[in-house]
Amino acid sequence: MSTILQHPRHLCALGGQQSVVAIPRAIPILHAGPGCGFKLHTGLGSYNGFQGGCYSGGAALVGTNVGEKEIVFGGEQRLREVIDGALKVMDGDLYVVLSGCATDLVGDDIENVVTQYRRQGAPIVYAATGGFRGTNLHGHETIVNAIVDQLLTPQEKISGLVNVWSTVPYYDPFWAGNLTAIQDLLAGLGLRTNLLFGPDSDGIDSWRRVPAAELNLVVSSWTGLSTAKLLNERYGTPWLHWPTLPIGGEETSRFLRAVTEAAHVDGQATQAFLDRQERRYHYYFERAADFFLEFRWDLPSHYVTVTDAFYGTGISRLLSGEFGLLPLRHFVTDQPPLEQHEAIQCQFAALSSELNAPLTFTADGDQIAAELREHPDSAPLILGSAWERDIAAELSACHLSIASPMMDRLVASGSYFGYNGALRLIEDIYSMILSAVQ
Amino acid sequence: MSVEQQIRQRDAANSGTGVQIRERRLGSITGFVGTAGELVQIARAGELAERERSFTQAGTCSSFCATLQLSLIQDAVVINHAPAGCAGDFPMFNLYNRYGQGKRNLARQNARLLTTNLNEQDTIFGATHKLVDAIHKAFRAFQPKAIFVTASCTSGIIGEDLESVIEEAEQELGIPIASVNCEGFRSQIWATGWDAAYNSILRKIVRPPLQRQLDTINIITFIGDDYFSELLQPIGLKPNLVVPFTGVKQLERLSEAGATAHMCSTLGTFLAAGLEREYGVPEVKSPPPYGLDSTDRWLREVANLTGKGAQVEPFIAAERAAIAPQLEIHRQRFAGRKAFVAAGPSHGHSSMEVLQDLGFDLVGSCMFHHDARLDHGDPTGDSLQAATRHTPGLSYGVCNKQAFELVNLLRRIQPDLVVVRHPSLALSIAKLGIPAVFVDDEHIALGYRGLLRYARKLANWLANPALERTLARTTKLPYTHWWLNQPPFSMLGEPR
Amino acid sequence: MSATVGQPRQFCTLGGQQSVVAIERAIPIVHGGPGCSGKIFGGLSFFNGFQGSGYAGGNAVPGTNSCERDIIFGGEQRLREVIDGALKVMDGDLFVVLTGCTADLVGDDTATVVSEYRERGVPIVHASTGGFKGYNHLGHELVVKAIIEQLLKPAKAINPKLVNVWSVVPYQDTFWAGNLKAIRELLEGIGLEANILFGHDSGGIGAWKRIPEAAFNLVLSPWVGLSIAEVLQQRFGTPVLHYPVLPIGAVETTRFLRAVTEFAQLPFQPVEDFILKREGNFYHFLDRAADFFMEMRWDLPGRFINISDSIYALGISRFLVNELSLHPAQQVVTDEPPEEHRETIRRNFAELKEKVSAEVIFSNDSDTIGRQLRKTGYDLPPLIIGSSWDRDLAREMGGFHLSIAMPVMDRLVLDRSYIGYEGGLRLIEDIYASVLGTY
Repeated sequence: MSTILQHPRHLCALGGQQSVVAIPRAIPILHAGPGCGFKLHTGLGSYNGFQGGCYSGGAALVGTNVGEKEIVFGGEQRLREVIDGALKVMDGDLYVVLSGCATDLVGDDIENVVTQYRRQGAPIVYAATGGFRGTNLHGHETIVNAIVDQLLTPQEKISGLVNVWSTVPYYDPFWAGNLTAIQDLLAGLGLRTNLLFGPDSDGIDSWRRVPAAELNLVVSSWTGLSTAKLLNERYGTPWLHWPTLPIGGEETSRFLRAVTEAAHVDGQATQAFLDRQERRYHYYFERAADFFLEFRWDLPSHYVTVTDAFYGTGISRLLSGEFGLLPLRHFVTDQPPLEQHEAIQCQFAALSSELNAPLTFTADGDQIAAELREHPDSAPLILGSAWERDIAAELSACHLSIASPMMDRLVASGSYFGYNGALRLIEDIYSMILSAVQ
Repeated sequence: MSVEQQIRQRDAANSGTGVQIRERRLGSITGFVGTAGELVQIARAGELAERERSFTQAGTCSSFCATLQLSLIQDAVVINHAPAGCAGDFPMFNLYNRYGQGKRNLARQNARLLTTNLNEQDTIFGATHKLVDAIHKAFRAFQPKAIFVTASCTSGIIGEDLESVIEEAEQELGIPIASVNCEGFRSQIWATGWDAAYNSILRKIVRPPLQRQLDTINIITFIGDDYFSELLQPIGLKPNLVVPFTGVKQLERLSEAGATAHMCSTLGTFLAAGLEREYGVPEVKSPPPYGLDSTDRWLREVANLTGKGAQVEPFIAAERAAIAPQLEIHRQRFAGRKAFVAAGPSHGHSSMEVLQDLGFDLVGSCMFHHDARLDHGDPTGDSLQAATRHTPGLSYGVCNKQAFELVNLLRRIQPDLVVVRHPSLALSIAKLGIPAVFVDDEHIALGYRGLLRYARKLANWLANPALERTLARTTKLPYTHWWLNQPPFSMLGEPR
Repeated sequence: MSATVGQPRQFCTLGGQQSVVAIERAIPIVHGGPGCSGKIFGGLSFFNGFQGSGYAGGNAVPGTNSCERDIIFGGEQRLREVIDGALKVMDGDLFVVLTGCTADLVGDDTATVVSEYRERGVPIVHASTGGFKGYNHLGHELVVKAIIEQLLKPAKAINPKLVNVWSVVPYQDTFWAGNLKAIRELLEGIGLEANILFGHDSGGIGAWKRIPEAAFNLVLSPWVGLSIAEVLQQRFGTPVLHYPVLPIGAVETTRFLRAVTEFAQLPFQPVEDFILKREGNFYHFLDRAADFFMEMRWDLPGRFINISDSIYALGISRFLVNELSLHPAQQVVTDEPPEEHRETIRRNFAELKEKVSAEVIFSNDSDTIGRQLRKTGYDLPPLIIGSSWDRDLAREMGGFHLSIAMPVMDRLVLDRSYIGYEGGLRLIEDIYASVLGTY
């Protein structure tokens, strides 16, 4: 990590603030400089699918706006003032205090301040998210583990309850729709999902319920693994890690079978559900195939992914495994920890031995563009962030924004998860191409 | 009066302004099964007879073909004198129009297409008044340089007098207005539509030459990119790709070219023969330049007609040498792979030559009709013979794209690749798990370098047949077990 | 009516062929010229969202490919040949013979030929759909009525929860497949069983045979389907609920569900619970998108213009006015509704919301439409929601454009739908994708 980034694709650890915004009725309290909250809201929310501030984000963000005085003399008193005010002014069920670069660097003992409030019964936790500590994905993990560590207590197990830990809220512009999709699919297996983020979550009640789940389902590249391990240590809950986006007929069914086994669901009932879903999916797949075969001559035969590994591997399996496209290059842009790199390489390689394409771990737009320029005649389909628009134009390539930052699309509940998600992605890719050539 | 006589009478009545249907003019048929060599021989001997099918699936009509060419003339308007359904192909033409404009740096704008939208009343009382209105509307909205009025089954059956309307409108508006006799029911060979369109262009648009442009070769084609320049510029010639994406002025001067050549001789036969007959523009009769041997032959004939004999031999030698190493690699790559072609004749035959040059093992072909002869009548133009000169025993069928026959046949043969040249057939074939290539750019494989371009595309296509495998696994074709167990051409009747 | 049309937005009566293709395991048989079926497929299905061939559509459609001989001597024998072949070759549960211009003009007695087969127990009907009779909306209705009148029998018992849905026209509505699924889900959500009759998992001929068992017929469109419901009322006494506005977004969908609840006398509370949950989700995302609307307002479209079938023009107008507070400019209705329905349509546009109304132009000709719309000036770039024909007009007017009406040549459409709570969110995403894409 820590190379210079041109056109960055992630932000800093304090970006985890958006994960708090994503919990219904949770209030983030930033103990940081005056600009952080707004910048992170803009970069992870507004100009990333135009995801607004919702309940407690955007202009509603609570912050200490530390200045020279707090840097020199310490900001703990300031923090107490703001927490007092937040508890009175902001109507929330959970308060999460986050440190910024400034306050972490000057050594404010935020943990101590917050613990005192918690001892008085306030539902308040603290996470050390000074920006320099890592990316916003690390910030997300830090915050989640902080809530688990500071708020949760043992609960009686509830049969069929599954916690879902998926992509990072806001950072993945489709995070909310994805969670709804997972919920619907698992409901088809007879499972009840406990969602921690998004409009289908019960907020703090869902979090308190976490230890009651029989399974932790980690559906993401690597975020959530540390949480699953922590929950296993504390509450004995097993976990299933599924690191590739389940998208399309084959992958979604494979995912649901794995969940069925991990959650000890009746296999026959699952098969009936899968059969129905697959039949429906294949009706539309056939429709899309008609279009493909007629226009294939002029459509890109190769594709490039510039995303995290979760989307990169999932989409590759759909485009290559079901639609016959060929991968040109993969870029993994979410800065996964080094110990994850080998597993990620295996996930891409598992697609097929004949269909291997070079894989680069980088979040630097300059490097990405340079490597793509090595294929001047390829005119591929590029699936990445909006930063890739220029290199796509340079290479006469087709481009669709599906990863952060996404400045050229408005995302509401859209999702590329599951059977339906594949249809949505195919519609979006090929409508974009059709529109561009007319 | 026998049926034959009645039909001949109607045809003659039309032929004053209209074109004779291919069944009559070129002895064309839509039903045959046997070998390529047999078909060549029977046709040559003048003994080619039609075989009709009892069960058929929907075909294509002349109206579609005629409008495909005319709608892409950039400064003309097409008025379809028909009920609204015959305009079902307008959106397709528009997409091709805008797509092609983009590729040629022309301003992107909608194709100029109107329908007179005939209704029940019109079929009883006639609708020439509507046609008059439509012509005026088109003129006002677009200020076109020419207007084409395409006939329809309905306008033909109710006996609409297009010519009187057109004559008066021409006098009033001062631009050429041409009827196009492409009523669907007139011909089972939809290629008659091209003849009808070209006939209208010959009658009303082409003018006597002002000045001969002997270094220009008319190339009668569809919408492919210009790869002809690659073959002609090195010998000091330039292509004039017609009719799509031209303007009326350009078409007026078709008579000035040094020669007319084809991308597909089935497509351009009527127009090329007409230009030679009326304006002395010689027609290149060798089959189009696809595959090494046919490209050699075509270039030599073009050079001969235009006085470029000295340039052509070194060019041929240099090109063959330039592509040889890459070609060999492709031949090794494709060696042993079985290929099948389902397309229209001439261009389908060209595809057969290309596939054979690339090392594929051609296991059969089925073309959508067969012309016993072309308008110029010269047997050197026999593209089927050219494509199968070394393989006269090749299994060969003719069917007007009857999917039920093709699916049955291909299911038995199981080729590794089917090259298809008609919209919407690719899916039926892909559902068998067989890679089906619909080649949209019909020029890409021509000449010497075209072999390499085409090979690269095919290689990409064949590298990952996941789409076909998924379709085969998850979809059902609509045919009964009974049918799939019958011989593929068992619905074909005896020769008439 | 039936004036010359430039850049058509509907095709002829034979377009009913596509309604047959939309019924699971139904086989259309076209008794007409060689080009008709392929042209209809091209215009209504392929170059309209690239909807594909379907089971027995596209190249698979059996047809007589009538030639000169059939015109002069009649084509009934030829038709028998093709029906015989179809019954052996094509694996289907229902066969529908449709006539084209040629057969109807020369007076082939298709009805008699087909009834001979039916009397022998073959599930086959005939619809007289010669293209000159009208547009494909009519063709759709003719096909449906043919099946009803020639195949259906009265029910032994009425199923109080079953409702037949007569809404969007398959293929003409590019989004019909996803739309019918969305309608089914909404009705199931309030405790009904929806008989959608077309599309994947709609039940094929089995579902059609259940039509007489339904408690009522829901006509969910401004006018197409009303005559079908009338026939069903006459034959089987089934009552009709006519809801003319397509439910897009929360306001309209909630209104729609309450109307159905009242008509069907369903228990009130479960419906309200369902509505509450769905509205909650919808408004969560509308709220989330509101930041964008507020902040980008300076550059966003000011007024919207629909150029589409009455079902979309009205449904989308209501949605944009009631949920996004956009203002209507002139609205263009292109599906040529019969005169007797135009007043109702005009009135619905006049009452989009309290104090918000829109003027309606009825036209399906691009030249006429263009001339009318160009007369008005626009301060802010207008948003044009129409067909792909209208891209040039939008560009000329400096506006934004989204294709949703036939022909949709610039989008691939699979199961996308704009109906319901979720559909409203999808429409918002797509409208603003086209706006943002221009940046």
